[in-house]
Amino acid sequence: MFFYAPNDVDQGFVQKILYLHVPLAIVSLGGFVAGGVLAIMHLRTRASKWDMRSYVAIHMALIFGVGVLITGSIWARASWGTWWEWREATLVSFLIVFLLYATYQPVRFAIEDRERQARYASVFAITAGVFVPLNFMAVRFAQPSYIHPRLGGGSLTGEMLATFLLSLLGMTLLFLTLVKYEMTSKHTSAQIASLRRRLLGEDPSELPVRRSAAPTLTTTTP
Amino acid sequence: MSSDHGHRPTPPGTLATVGALLRKELRVELRTLESVPAMTLFAVTTFVLFHFGLNRSAVDGDLAAGILTVTVLFAAVLGINRLFVADEEQGGFDGFLLAPVDRSALLLAKALALGLYLVAVETMAVAAFALLLLKPPLTQALPELAGVLVLADIGIAVIGTLVAALAVRTRARDLIGPLLALPLLVPVALACARALTPLLSAGGAGGIPGRWLTMLALYDLVFALIAYAVFDFLLED
Amino acid sequence: MANVAAIELEQVGRHYGERAALSGVTLELEAGRTLVVFGPNGAGKSTLLRILATLLRPQAGSVRVLGHALPAERWAVRARVGLLGHDPLLYRELSGRENLVFHARLHGVPAGRVDELLEAVALTRRADEPVRTLSRGMVQRLAVCRAVLHQPDVLLLDEPRANLDPAAIELVEPLIGRAAGRTRVVTSHDPAGGRLEADLVLGLRGGRPALLASPADADPAAIAALYR
Repeated sequence: MFFYAPNDVDQGFVQKILYLHVPLAIVSLGGFVAGGVLAIMHLRTRASKWDMRSYVAIHMALIFGVGVLITGSIWARASWGTWWEWREATLVSFLIVFLLYATYQPVRFAIEDRERQARYASVFAITAGVFVPLNFMAVRFAQPSYIHPRLGGGSLTGEMLATFLLSLLGMTLLFLTLVKYEMTSKHTSAQIASLRRRLLGEDPSELPVRRSAAPTLTTTTP
Repeated sequence: MSSDHGHRPTPPGTLATVGALLRKELRVELRTLESVPAMTLFAVTTFVLFHFGLNRSAVDGDLAAGILTVTVLFAAVLGINRLFVADEEQGGFDGFLLAPVDRSALLLAKALALGLYLVAVETMAVAAFALLLLKPPLTQALPELAGVLVLADIGIAVIGTLVAALAVRTRARDLIGPLLALPLLVPVALACARALTPLLSAGGAGGIPGRWLTMLALYDLVFALIAYAVFDFLLED
Repeated sequence: MANVAAIELEQVGRHYGERAALSGVTLELEAGRTLVVFGPNGAGKSTLLRILATLLRPQAGSVRVLGHALPAERWAVRARVGLLGHDPLLYRELSGRENLVFHARLHGVPAGRVDELLEAVALTRRADEPVRTLSRGMVQRLAVCRAVLHQPDVLLLDEPRANLDPAAIELVEPLIGRAAGRTRVVTSHDPAGGRLEADLVLGLRGGRPALLASPADADPAAIAALYR
C-alpha cells in the first residue's frame, strides 16, 4: 500500500504539514489533468472504461483537493496568522480550479442518458484539464508569487528533501491505490447487479432508469 | 414532384453555412429580443447596485475597471444561458444535425452571435457606466477601451458557446451555465480588468501594458482551439 | 443492375441507460419500397428512424443506408435522407418561408424550390407569417416541405399524417406517399391503412422485432397484439 515516513524536522510541528500539503496539491492537480487525458482516450475509443478512469481520477483529485485546502489553511494560520490570503496567487488559482471541478459531479448527475453523460463529462474534463495550467499561469502573471513558499532553489536540502520526495511518492501511490480501489469496487458492483438481474430474471427493458452521477461499466453482453 | 431532375444539391461550404446560421440567429434575436435588451438592462441595474453596495458615486482606476469587467461578465452569463435554448426547444439542433454540413460551423456562428450581442450590450453599458459611475472622461481612451473589450469578448464568446452547448441539454441548465463559465473566464476577467485600469484612471490614459493583451489573445486562441476540437462531441448522439 | 438494398439492418441495437431501446433488429429493404413499422409508444420506432437519419449512432449491429455504413459514412448519407418526426423542426418566430429558406441554405438547395414546395402544399398565402400563428395542420405541411426540400432518396416518416385533414393529406401524398417513388420507412398506428401501403411490415415491442413479414403474411391480429 502506501507508507508515510515519519519525519524528524527541527522546525516545529507546523512545518510537517507541508509534507502533507504540497504532495496533496501536486497529486490533486495531476489527477485533474490526468482526468482530462483519460477523457481524450474516452472520446477517441468510445470505450466506457476510459470514462470510468477519468471519472475516478477527477473524483479522487477533488477529494484530495479538499485536503489541500484544509491543510493549506491550517498551515497558513500557523505561519501567516490568517486562514486565507488573497494576495497569494497559488491559493487563489487552486480555489478556482477546485470550484470548477466541484461542478463535475453535478453536471454528470444532470444528464440522464449514460452515454451522453459520459461524453459530456469527457468534454468537461478536457476543457478543465487544459484550464488548470493556464489558470495557474494567468494568476501568477497577475500577482507575482507573494509569500507562498516555493520549493525550488535549494530551499529543501538533505533530510528535508528526502522526506519530501518520499511523501510525494507516498501520496502518488495512495492516489493510485485509491483510484484502483474505487474502480474495482465499481466494476464489481456492476457485475453483481448484472448477475442479480439475470438470476432474478428481470427484464432489463423494464428497469426504471435510475439517475446517477457515476458511470457504470456496461457489462451487458453484446 | 415533377421537379425531379436528378440534380443533386451541393452542400454549402463552412463559410456559407456559418453565414446561413448567423443570419437565422440574428433574425430570431431581432424578432424575439430575448438576449440583448435583458443583458443591457441587467448591466445598468448592476451599476446601480454597485453604487449602493460600494457607497460610491464615482469610481476610477482599478475599481472602475473591476466593476465594468464583472458587470460585463455577469451580463454575458445571461446571454450564455439563452444561447441554445431556442434551438433546444424548437428542434433546431436536429434540423442542423440533419444537414450535410460541418458541425463546427455552429460553434463559429453561435460564438459570432454571442460576440455581437456582447458588443451591442457593451456599447450601451459603457455609455451608461460613463454617465453613472465613471469619474474620468470616457473619451480619453475610447479606442483602446474598445480594443480590450473586443479581445475579452472573443474569449467570453468562445468559452460561453462551449459551456452553453454543454449546459443546454442538462437538467439545471441555468445553474450549470454560470458555474462552468465563470471559473473558466477568470483569466479573461483578470486580464481585462488589469488592462482597463490605466485607461480608466484619472489624470490621462496610461498606455495599456501589452502583457494583458497578449494574455487575452493567447487565452482566446487556446480555448478557440479546444472548443473547435471538442464541440462535435457535444452535438452528436 | 439488380435492385440494391436501400436499407440493410443487422442485429441493430441501441440502449438508453440499462434499458434497450432497440435490439436485434434485422431486415433488408429494397430501393423504392416502403417499410411500415408498427408498435406501441416506446417500442423503439422513433429510435429506429433516428438511427437511419444519422441522428443516433447504432450501439450494436450494423446499419447500411444506400450502401453506406453508419456511423462511419454518415456524411454521405445525411444529404440523401429526409426525416419527418414528431417535431416539425421549425423556429416559431420565423415565417414558414424563412424557415424553409434557412434549411435550403443548409442543404445547398436553390431558393426556387422553396416556392415550388410552398405552392404544392397550398401555403403560399401564409408563408410569410410566423410559424407560431399557424395551425397544427399547416405546421405539419411545412414540416413535410422541410423534409423533402433536398429531394432525399430515403424518406423517414414518423406518423406523417398526424394533424392533417383529408384535403391536406391529398396535398402531401405526391411528396411523401407511395407515388413519390422513394424508399420509405413509415411508422403507423393504423393496421389496415399501414398494411395497404407497405411492401414490408415490421412490428416492434419493447425494442425487439416481434413481427417481420410482407403485408400479405402480416396477420392483423398479430399487429393488434403488439399494442396489448
